[in-house]
Formats: sequence, structure tokens, C-alpha cells
Amino acid sequence: MAKAKVTVPTPAEILPGISYKTPEKGWMDVKPDFRPGTYCNPANPKWLEWIGYPYPRAWHVTDEDWHLPSDWKETILQGMEDRLSRFRSLKLFFDICVRCGACADKCHFFLGTGDPKNMPVLRAELMRSVYKRYFKPAGRLLGQLAGARDLTEDVIKEWFFYLYQCTECRRCSLFCPYGIDMAEMTILGRELLSSIGINIEWTLASVAQCYDKGSHIGATPQAMKDMIDFFAEENERVTGIYTPITYNRKGAEILFVAPSGDYFADPGTYTFMGYMLLFTYLGLDYTISTYAGEGGNFGFFMSHEMGKRLNAKIYAEAKRLGVKWIIGGECGHMWRILNQYMDTWNGPADFLEMPVSPITGTKFENAATTRMVHISEFTADLIKHGKLKLDPMRNAHIKLTFHDSCNTSRGMGIFEEPRYIIKNVLPEGHFVDMPPNTIREKTFCCGSGSGFNADEYLETRLRGGLPRANAVRYVHEKYGVNHLGCICAIDRAVLPTLLGYWVPEVEVTGISELVGNALVFDEEIERTTDLRDRDLVGVGEAEEGVEAAEAAEEEE
Amino acid sequence: MKLADLLSQKKATILERWLHLLLDSYPSETSGFFKKEKDPFNNPLAFRLSQGLQGVYEALLQDTARERILASLDDVISIKALENFSPSQAVAFIFLLKPVIREELATELKEAQLSEECLEVESRIDGLALLCFEVYMKRREKLYELRINEVKNQVSGLMRRTGLTLVTPQQ
Repeated sequence: MAKAKVTVPTPAEILPGISYKTPEKGWMDVKPDFRPGTYCNPANPKWLEWIGYPYPRAWHVTDEDWHLPSDWKETILQGMEDRLSRFRSLKLFFDICVRCGACADKCHFFLGTGDPKNMPVLRAELMRSVYKRYFKPAGRLLGQLAGARDLTEDVIKEWFFYLYQCTECRRCSLFCPYGIDMAEMTILGRELLSSIGINIEWTLASVAQCYDKGSHIGATPQAMKDMIDFFAEENERVTGIYTPITYNRKGAEILFVAPSGDYFADPGTYTFMGYMLLFTYLGLDYTISTYAGEGGNFGFFMSHEMGKRLNAKIYAEAKRLGVKWIIGGECGHMWRILNQYMDTWNGPADFLEMPVSPITGTKFENAATTRMVHISEFTADLIKHGKLKLDPMRNAHIKLTFHDSCNTSRGMGIFEEPRYIIKNVLPEGHFVDMPPNTIREKTFCCGSGSGFNADEYLETRLRGGLPRANAVRYVHEKYGVNHLGCICAIDRAVLPTLLGYWVPEVEVTGISELVGNALVFDEEIERTTDLRDRDLVGVGEAEEGVEAAEAAEEEE
Repeated sequence: MKLADLLSQKKATILERWLHLLLDSYPSETSGFFKKEKDPFNNPLAFRLSQGLQGVYEALLQDTARERILASLDDVISIKALENFSPSQAVAFIFLLKPVIREELATELKEAQLSEECLEVESRIDGLALLCFEVYMKRREKLYELRINEVKNQVSGLMRRTGLTLVTPQQ
């Protein structure tokens, strides 16, 4: 019998990579493997036409030819030169890294995928190597010996793969002794890609819709009003309190801006109901705008220019309506922009007044230049002054842990306010923090920020979100935590999916929703459910969080 | 000495070797870190794999409820099902236990009286492999279910507004 030509593989041969040898290829020669689930789809050319961005065309990530414009290389290099002169930080970040590796194991995408190019030090090197080749004498002369490489189409593909595996969360920068901010490099790298017509669909569709209609989801002013009016009816049905709202009302004291996720996507919708209950309780003189109907800003995920363009609507509308100051809802990147960029992009907001709480008289000096106050700061101040009558037992079915969203925590230092609110609206013992190396400034990203909500990207999102979910699972198993609280609309959209995969027993909630549950109105009807129509403890079948956890422990 | 006792005695060594084999399937720059860092929150992937392998191994040594075995397999496969692996690659880890045991107990296994017990253990590893298919499929199905739910959540507020409900058939 002739010798068989095909050998059945052993398991060790099926599982690749088991080798103790030095890798055969250097990192420059390893190309990304574009498999479904590992990349976001390219933007539809029509969105680029809507916003007047360059090189609209149909292309596919898995195609060999991405149909780059003929002068793509010059555009990128000129773009780099321009940014090196405008952003001293970029030049510094390129030059100062000593490869100490402190950042290497801090990225959630590295921890979840194991891909070494997701070590921030190496992700930065993808761009730094090009910088060295064209802007540094050593790189020009010595090439690869000096860590420099030519800019090729393969390099562009690699940038696309890895710059869209960075959620701009800045956890790595926290551990960098020089404070190198990978997020800033990613932002500028994505700008360069966008300059040759490389953009992703999820971001661009949101940006174009926001630019054209006012919100990422493309809701018309009528649809936005219709939905929010519906919340007022829902609030009345559950609590007996009608929470009417005014739109585009000139002369209101306060403009309230929320991310559109809060008035269209569950469970953010319940957070919006919470805002309305709180403002009605206070009798606040506020209005919302259908023009500045989007607090979020996906423009920031493609370029500074587009971020600025979308952000401009908030001040423009505050000016038009003649409000005194602005309150912003629970959102992540929205606050990074409001806190760090808005003032210089579209300010100064000298037509607004210093924000002062009409209820407590507190002057929000931290918002002295932006004139915009975070809802958590506003609410925590009310509680601190004893201005809210709260019944924590209405949240007794909830045992909560809190996810510090990257942007509000690392981006602006909001740690205590949400925790303070939580402790006041939940029964004692119903809040527990995750381990210290996973919260506050060291918080792990949800894995889907900076425009990655796309469903085609789910596998990578779930891998990037593993470090977050792993810590949630720990407090779920140890303390019976059944809810994850957050103050970010992207979190509310993507964490249910992340937890659905890793810890399906835990649900996601905004903090203002919990406030809405706990607020006691004089004229309210007897509450039997929370805002989500779930029975309160003592009513129906609801079991108190703690008791449920104890029961689970006993079973074990 | 019985094989079961030997497997108990050498549990730590065998588990470590098995885990390292699994971690070696990551790029070399990564596997070193995955092996070294022991904090479960700083290195969640290796921690979950390690927990899973330990549970599976214990199931080989003593009677374990089926749900518990599936949960331990899931600790490993929930990670593997997301990686750029074919189904066969995702479940290959279970068979790697055989060569690890054979190599770790090479001297002892030369004794004839252990061979029958050894075959029995290897058969049970095959049984675990069959369970791996169930867990893997369940994970992939979960992935698609989550994709659908995400789309539903985007419009569920609107549906409530219009009084329509997206009915999900009860399991």
C-alpha cells in the first residue's frame, strides 16, 4: 500500500504556535489578520459626502486594494508634518518613550486579545517608526536599524487595524512615567487615516446624522420630542407624577443636554426618566434643545475638526435661547470634550453666567469657564444639602457595583459624586466596589468606546471588555452584585452585551435612574414598581438583593 | 500506587504544564506575561483559563456535577470561542492534557498495572472533549443572540412608544 500523503494532525498540531523558538518574523513583518469580528466596516461614501470629507469611495477591508487616492502617501506625510508642528505633545510622545514597558500590560485590548501590538508601547511604535523614517536623521540614514520603516499600504492597513483597537481610554498613560497619552496619538492617527478616506461606518453614520439632523441616531426634532413626551407619560404611570418638559424655550434658566442614547436606547431611557423626575421634583426652570439634542460627539472619534464642528451646537444654542448655564447628562466622551476641549474649541462662554444651583446656592467654580455642570455634581450637591427626600428601599432589589467610565474618571476626575449619590439612594450594604486595580483612575474600559459599538466588531469588543467583566464577575460571585451602575451612555448601550456574554446575571443601570426610583414626591401614587416596571421588594416576587445573595451562598 | 493518586499528587505540576501549553499558543511576547502575572484582575485571561483547567482536571479525579464540568469547560471555551480560532483549534486544549499526563508520569506509566486505569482516564478526557462541542456551540450561539439583542435594544424604546413589543419566544 502506498504511503498516505495526508497525515491526520495531532491536537498539538491543530492548536498553533506551540513553539519555544524566537519568533521567525520581526514585528514589522507580521501583518494583521483581517477576519470577521476583528475589524469595523468602512464608512459608506454617502456619509463622507454629507459632511464634506475627502475621498468618499466604496472599499472593503478584506480586499487587497483599498483604492487609496493616488497621492495618499504625500497626504499622510504632510499631515504628520502639520500635526508635529501643531501638537507639541505628539512630537514629545514620539521622542520621549524609553520602551520601559510600564504600559505594556495595562491595555484592556492587550489583556483580552494577547496581541503584542496592542501593548501601547508597540501600538505607538506603528506610527513612531514612520515618524523616524521621514522626520529623524537616524531613521533616514539607518532605516530599520534605527527602528524606522517606509510608509507603505501595508503600514496603513496595520494602522487601521490597531488604531481601531484602541478605545482612547488612557489607562496606559496613567502608568507611563512620562505620561505619554496613547489616546492622543490614536486620535491623531485616526485623523491621518480619515484624511485619505479611511473611516468606519459606525462613527461616520453617527457623525453625518448628527450633523444633518441633530443626533447620532438621526432622530428628527419631532421624533425626539415624541419620545421624551412619552417618558413624561411613563413617569406619570409609574409614579403618579407628570414630568412635562419644554423644548427650545427661550429664557429658561438652564439648558439640559443629554446623549441621544438616553432618549432612544434601553436602558438609557430609564436614566432619562430619572432626569425628568429629578428636575420636576426641584421645579427647575430648564429646557432641552432639539438642535443641540446630542451631548455625545462621535466627530471626536475621527478628527478634532469634526469634534469641534458638532460640539459648536451646544454653545450656539445656549446663546440663542439665552439660558444662564448648562447641565449635562450622564455621558462619557461627551464630558471629556466638554471638560477638556469645548472651552478652547468653541468658547469662551462669556455670554453665560457662573453656574449656581438655584436650590442650594452652590457655586460650581469647577465649571467657571465652561459654564456646564455634570448631573452627578448637581445631584450630589442636592443630597449633601438635604434637598431630596429619598426612599432607598425602593432600590432594595438592586445590589450595585459602579463602573468608572474612562472619560469621566481619567478624563475629569469624577469619582466621588456618583458613589455619594449611590450610597444615598440604595439601602446600606447594597453598594460594593470592584477591586482597587480595576476602578477609579485605574478603571478598565468597557471595550466598546470611541465608536466601536458596531455589531460586526463584537468578538473584539468582548475580548477587550474581558478585564472589566472579570472584575464584575468577581463581585457578583462574592457579594451577589446584580447591577452595574455607570454614568455613560455608551456604557449603557454596550455593557449589557458585554455582561450578557461574561456575567449574564448582572444588569446595567444609569445612576439618575436609581435617583428617580428613590425620589419621594408629596403627591405621588403608591409605588409598586421601579421605573422599569419591576416589582419593588415586598411587592410581587421581588427578592432583596442581599437576601438573594445570601441564598445563593447557602446553596453553594 | 493507583493512577488517581498519582494524578492527585502531581496535580500542580500537570496543571501548570497544561496551562503553559495553552498560553504558548499566544505570541511569544505575550505568553511570557500571561505566565508570570498572577493577579486575577491584572491578568484576567490567564486567570480564567487557569480556573477552567483546574475545574476540568478536578472533574477527572472525582465525581463532579455535570453543570460544574460544563462551567469549567466554559471558563476556557468562552475565551477560545472569541479568538481567531477554528472550532477544532478552540477545543484542542482538552486533548493536550493527554501528552502532559503521559510525559509527567512517564516512569510510572511503564508499570503494567496502570495501563488499564490510564486508558480509562484517557477515555474520560475524550468524554470531556465531546462536552466541549456543546459548550463551544453554546458560546457561538450566544454571540449571535447578543448581536440580535443589541439591535433590538436600539429600537426597543421606540417599540414601547408605539405600543408594539418584540416578542422573544420563551426558552
